[in-house]
Amino acid sequence: MLDRYSRNVSAITEEENRRLKSFKVCVIGCGGLGGYVIEMLGRIGIGTITAVDCDVFDDTNLNRQILSDTTNLGQSKALAALERMRRVNPEITINSVDRVFDSASGEEIIRGSDVVVDALDNPQAKRLAGVLCDKFNIPLVHGAIAGWYGQVATVFPGDGIMDIVCKDSFSSGIEKELGNPSFTPALMAAIQTAEVIKVLLNREDTLRNKILHVDLLTMDFDILELKK
Amino acid sequence: MIDLKVEVRLFATFREGREKKYFLDMPEGSKILDILDMLKINADEVSILLLNGRDGDAMRTINDSDVVAVFPPVGGG
Repeated sequence: MLDRYSRNVSAITEEENRRLKSFKVCVIGCGGLGGYVIEMLGRIGIGTITAVDCDVFDDTNLNRQILSDTTNLGQSKALAALERMRRVNPEITINSVDRVFDSASGEEIIRGSDVVVDALDNPQAKRLAGVLCDKFNIPLVHGAIAGWYGQVATVFPGDGIMDIVCKDSFSSGIEKELGNPSFTPALMAAIQTAEVIKVLLNREDTLRNKILHVDLLTMDFDILELKK
Repeated sequence: MIDLKVEVRLFATFREGREKKYFLDMPEGSKILDILDMLKINADEVSILLLNGRDGDAMRTINDSDVVAVFPPVGGG
């Protein structure tokens, strides 16, 4: 085992760490949530990460998006993921996809993934990720943030949970009024990453058929059971 | 009129100016919408609406011991 992975053990075993190299995880959105998710998936040793985002960095991203800094403003977020992971962990493969995620591109983007991470920034694209993951039989780790609040749910094909936790009657959420501070995406991305690792390694309890809602103002972490 | 005992859990911005959790006595035949009206929550601003963990609808009639959970839309990434 490479020294770079030695501190992963024994949270995961050496054998599990080796298995991580064979997995492909698609992260849709390389902003607040996605940047941190890619960082953590890359450092733990996921073999192939597809980083999807059609946007470029601007000044408003600097408060929270770990892939952004003052040297790459105006540059592709997906490309920034590739460049950063080359420096952090050249042992892994990053597919940088500088394309919009929509019904035309979505199938090609997610096909062949072992898990998809919803790090998208609007409810409609999130719902599309749910529909396509169902179609291609891929587990989806949903995450969403707004201000002091965040939610995570792990959705397996056929669970139908995205219909409950992400309503398509909204084009945006309360993040439009509340903004997104530095700490909420980091926390929720860490929870999403832990869920990805558990899904891949078939470890313990996930947030399947549940939603975790985090309120950092009141420090409430609530898990609600969901029934279809 | 028989009162129904209902637990209502509010999340995120719905907690502003309100409690996190209410135990309400509602008249028989009440709908979830009546609870939202009582708490001055606009149904159009509700995204996740759970009735005993299932996807709810504001027009659903409630029963004794029901648990209603109400979330605004959270959509950022």
